[in-house]
Amino acid sequence: MEKKVSILIVDDEESVRDSLSNWFTEDGYRVAAAEHARKALSMLQNERFDIILADLKMPGMDGLEMLRRIRTLDSEAVVIVMTAFATVDTAVQALKDGAFDYITKPFDPDDLSHLIRNASRQISLSQENEMLRQRVDTLESVEDLIGKSEAIQRVLKVVESVAPTNSSVIITGESGTGKELIARAIHANSPRRFFPLVSVHCGALTESLLESELFGHEKGAFTGAIYNRKGRFEMADSGTIFLDEIATISMKMQIELLRVLETHKFTRVGGNKEISSDFRTVCATNRDLKGMVERGEFREDLFYRLNVVNIHVPPLRERVDDIPLLTDYFIRKYCRAMNRPLVTVEPAALKRLMEYAFPGNIRELENMIERAIVVGNGKKIALKDLPLSRESVEVVAESLEDVEKTFIQQTLGKHGWNISRAAQALKVDRVTLYNKIRKYGLQAPAGKK
Amino acid sequence: MYAFAHFGKELRQRISDAVGLEFGHRVDFQETYLDLSMYFDARRRQYNGDQLLRVVGELAGPGPFKVVGLFNVDLFIPILTYIFGQAQFGGQTAIASIYRLANERYGIRSTAADVQDRFIKEVIHELGHTFGLPHCHVPNCVMRSSTYVEDIDQKDMGLCPSCRSLAGLAG
Repeated sequence: MEKKVSILIVDDEESVRDSLSNWFTEDGYRVAAAEHARKALSMLQNERFDIILADLKMPGMDGLEMLRRIRTLDSEAVVIVMTAFATVDTAVQALKDGAFDYITKPFDPDDLSHLIRNASRQISLSQENEMLRQRVDTLESVEDLIGKSEAIQRVLKVVESVAPTNSSVIITGESGTGKELIARAIHANSPRRFFPLVSVHCGALTESLLESELFGHEKGAFTGAIYNRKGRFEMADSGTIFLDEIATISMKMQIELLRVLETHKFTRVGGNKEISSDFRTVCATNRDLKGMVERGEFREDLFYRLNVVNIHVPPLRERVDDIPLLTDYFIRKYCRAMNRPLVTVEPAALKRLMEYAFPGNIRELENMIERAIVVGNGKKIALKDLPLSRESVEVVAESLEDVEKTFIQQTLGKHGWNISRAAQALKVDRVTLYNKIRKYGLQAPAGKK
Repeated sequence: MYAFAHFGKELRQRISDAVGLEFGHRVDFQETYLDLSMYFDARRRQYNGDQLLRVVGELAGPGPFKVVGLFNVDLFIPILTYIFGQAQFGGQTAIASIYRLANERYGIRSTAADVQDRFIKEVIHELGHTFGLPHCHVPNCVMRSSTYVEDIDQKDMGLCPSCRSLAGLAG
């Protein structure tokens, strides 16, 4: 059984006790409440609580006096005082007397959540909280990460070894290969998994928006900034920040980013208060960052700061063995989402799927399966339900040469531009294949010879 | 579902579909009038979530398996500055409000889809509490705690497998 963190709420107002009890119960804590200090002290003589949340102003014995008495009963308990009168004097006195922190009523849900999270962290540090240790044993899996092929198993091994560390990771791979899923897997298997994984799609934002998105802004920082807003780095405190499409950020942002990654400190746009945040960085790109560094398009120092560990996610055509497994997974996913009975795939359709080069990778396969379930007969996915039938090639082709060119291109893609293997599949010799490549002006994608 | 504001046909349908699919129960949707001024706290300029949770439960009576009151007003409970929604833990009733879910309230550019998705997640989240589900640690589970509006965007629309099993729902 998992040991729950226990909280004792001490407040003379019933509505406060009820609200807080409900809030903490939903958060998974074990909660008890007392309406005055004497009752709380008597409960503490029989039972231990990890956190005690006590009102400062109560009839009879006040919170400060109760705090001093709690200290003699249990020096380990984390005591947080609540007050509707936010005077510095009472707060300072409470902290001097050993309170962990204080909070002013009514609380901002985010502040309360942070406070309890910090208190819980304190408890876990000092007592090696059993709840967290048990969680470590039951590693969270990331549901969509499917595959038995050697290529993906190699990736998962790296994920497994890098996840528990704090190292920065760059995930590279073609569009649609599942880079974000790898980022989620790293986060979900790291000690930071109880805290947020915050994703930022850098390519979707202009420079100024990205700055405000990452660092947050103060009210009035620019037109439209009518409230203070936390940035993504701040939101990722204790967790992981995932910067997708990192190669798209401007030189100015690269400098800013480098500074934050080195110090883990920043200020909000329009603010002057320095904010610290303890986050881990995971980035992804489908571009050749090293090449960009050589061409002067990406800062070398930032590249080395981010590229402590590189995980390359293979394209789907290099893990053909996973196609049946992925197909089955997407069928289950979409049949459930559409509330339909499970369908099967005709062998001819599956064979065609395994032959196709999937330039759009897993995302393309997923879309294809979703579409096939929608347009299919509800029992079996047939070749005609896939946008891969031979007819579709003939429709777009204008001549016999077009058909030949398309087929050669697909075969080369499927074999990762390995000329020998592609020639074998096409049943021609290598010289013929070279001649055809020259004739049609075919070019290998970047990184392939 | 009792709607105490007009949410539009599309959103009503999306909520019904998502809730029906997630919990496997029939969803009846009803637009209802309630004089909300009785629950307005003039000092805080907000509506009392505790009282509204109680009145929604009374309005529904013991008939329905679960009841959710949907609002478009700023909700609070005495101890907190605001809430997105709340529920009777392991009970029958929940409430949720779309009011605080709009990006504009935080000075962020918005799209209608963001708000609708967040609201549906919030409704499923609060209903999850009525099934006795506490907050979940799985990063993308809908039962993960969200105290900040953009936290909601990090979550999926549904329960993770362990929450489904804990709530006694079919996998």
